[in-house]
Amino acid sequence: MPESNSVGIVTPQYVHIDKPLKLKSGTEISSYNLVYETYGSLNTGRSNAVLVCHALSGNHHVAGVYEDKPKSTGWWDNMVGPGKPIDTDKFFVIGVNNLGGCHGSTGPASIDARTGKHYGANFPIVTVEDWVETQAQLAEHLGIHQFAAVVGGSLGGMQALQWTLDFPDKVRHALVIAAAAKLTAQNIAFNDVARQAILTDQDYYGGDYYSYNTLPRRGLRLARMLGHITYLSDHSMASKFGRELRDGKFSFGYDVEFEIESYLRYQGDKFTDLFDANSYLLMTKALDYFDPANAYNGDLSAAFKAVRASFLVLSFTTDWRFSPERSRDIVKALLDNNINVSYGEITSTHGHDSFLMNDAYYHQLVRAYMKNIEV
Amino acid sequence: MAINETTLTAAAAWRPDFAAIASWIKPGAKILDLGCGDGSLLKYLHQERNIFGYGVEIDDKNVLGCLQNGINVIQNDLESGLSSFANDSFDYVILSQTLQAMKHTAEIIQEMLRVGREGIVSFPNFGYWKNRMQVIRGHMPVSESLPYHWYDTPNIHLCTLGDFEELCRQCNAKILERRVMNGDRQIELSPNLLGRLAFYRFERG
Repeated sequence: MPESNSVGIVTPQYVHIDKPLKLKSGTEISSYNLVYETYGSLNTGRSNAVLVCHALSGNHHVAGVYEDKPKSTGWWDNMVGPGKPIDTDKFFVIGVNNLGGCHGSTGPASIDARTGKHYGANFPIVTVEDWVETQAQLAEHLGIHQFAAVVGGSLGGMQALQWTLDFPDKVRHALVIAAAAKLTAQNIAFNDVARQAILTDQDYYGGDYYSYNTLPRRGLRLARMLGHITYLSDHSMASKFGRELRDGKFSFGYDVEFEIESYLRYQGDKFTDLFDANSYLLMTKALDYFDPANAYNGDLSAAFKAVRASFLVLSFTTDWRFSPERSRDIVKALLDNNINVSYGEITSTHGHDSFLMNDAYYHQLVRAYMKNIEV
Repeated sequence: MAINETTLTAAAAWRPDFAAIASWIKPGAKILDLGCGDGSLLKYLHQERNIFGYGVEIDDKNVLGCLQNGINVIQNDLESGLSSFANDSFDYVILSQTLQAMKHTAEIIQEMLRVGREGIVSFPNFGYWKNRMQVIRGHMPVSESLPYHWYDTPNIHLCTLGDFEELCRQCNAKILERRVMNGDRQIELSPNLLGRLAFYRFERG
């Protein structure tokens, strides 16, 4: 059940964007659908809109529940709602499923109207820049000319950052949480192992598994298990699972013995029912490609020249996938450009997943920052 | 630009040390405040001198205070230096009553000289006569400007005016101006004996 200060029952909405989208890869999508949700109401000045960008496995369902599914609480319900840090009594909050996703926006699992078949492997790879462009189309559809804030964690933080680069006049504040201005080699390496798990699954069929009525379950499961390890910290795993055994003793075999094995397998299995493998591949590529400094010879400060928005950048001490160092790179480039920026380094034991957790200090920082945004 | 003494007097009633610092700040300056607390000084300087700036603070409660005050703050440990800040990127770098609690004393002065065109440091003067009296009587001083006991004090590097000036010489910092205060009174005579708080403005020597 939703908490008392939840946005309550929500209903997803759809928009068909009938305007060709030129992708960074050079290809084009002639038209596409986006699914989104909104919470709170747009004020008469249209100055209180907040866009929440989702991470790798997130979607448009940020807060509230669906009428027929009491357990369908949105992924950031602890952050977004009436009286919550991103206060829907003040702000008009929008969640959108990114293009290429698998929760209602056009993606690899959608039917291509031209062929009557699933896009599958034919769905082009999209980037963070492409997503920002589609989100701008959604904003136009909703009559929003400027966001009070664009907010996101992890891959969502990259989108918030990209917004301030591509549309400096259309975003007043960016909240960039547990993100990075580019992935490290180690981070790309994790993504590639995840992709290899999917791509080498016999049921992947070159991305056309839909036609074979099957799913690359083993691959997606492994990808998720690996990802999940990197989203937690050594400390949080140790305190949650330690070396606990399910049956209290070794069975000297390869079945599930340690609790952590049981947990990861459960997470992996659950994920294969909820997420499309092609979308997973595409999202990890968007992460890998993101590098706004690349066009400026690696000079992030030069890349940020056009930025006008004010920033809140947050990182978590035990996040080794998107470490505080990467957030400090962003902060430094903003400082070099005399941009209003505040940076909080939050002591947390939960690794990268901290950005989804209900940590008091973290939420106080977001609340304080959002409270000072004029609408 | 002339300093508006009326506004400074009003503020001096509650934080004479803020007013002393503000009197040295050129309007519109870019400022870095190290160990900025809840951002009160920056907020004051913004109101009085229309400055643009950032605070650096390690303590969670203070970082939150800055955000609540609408002040830019970077959560960072001063002891690890100012690597996020470019050379010569600020008009003033302020270290207000924080020097005495730092481990890397000379290093922070050098970082201030690197990042700012001018540095401003304030600290409680250990040479103040009341402090000396308490030491003569056989106790570590506890006073308004040093409100801690020896066993719970964060102040690990207390100094006198003379000591700080010697450190400046060692760090090749050229002292531009000194102000010594006792409450809201400026002390001209025997400052090392009668002054409770010392303020220095300096640049690269």
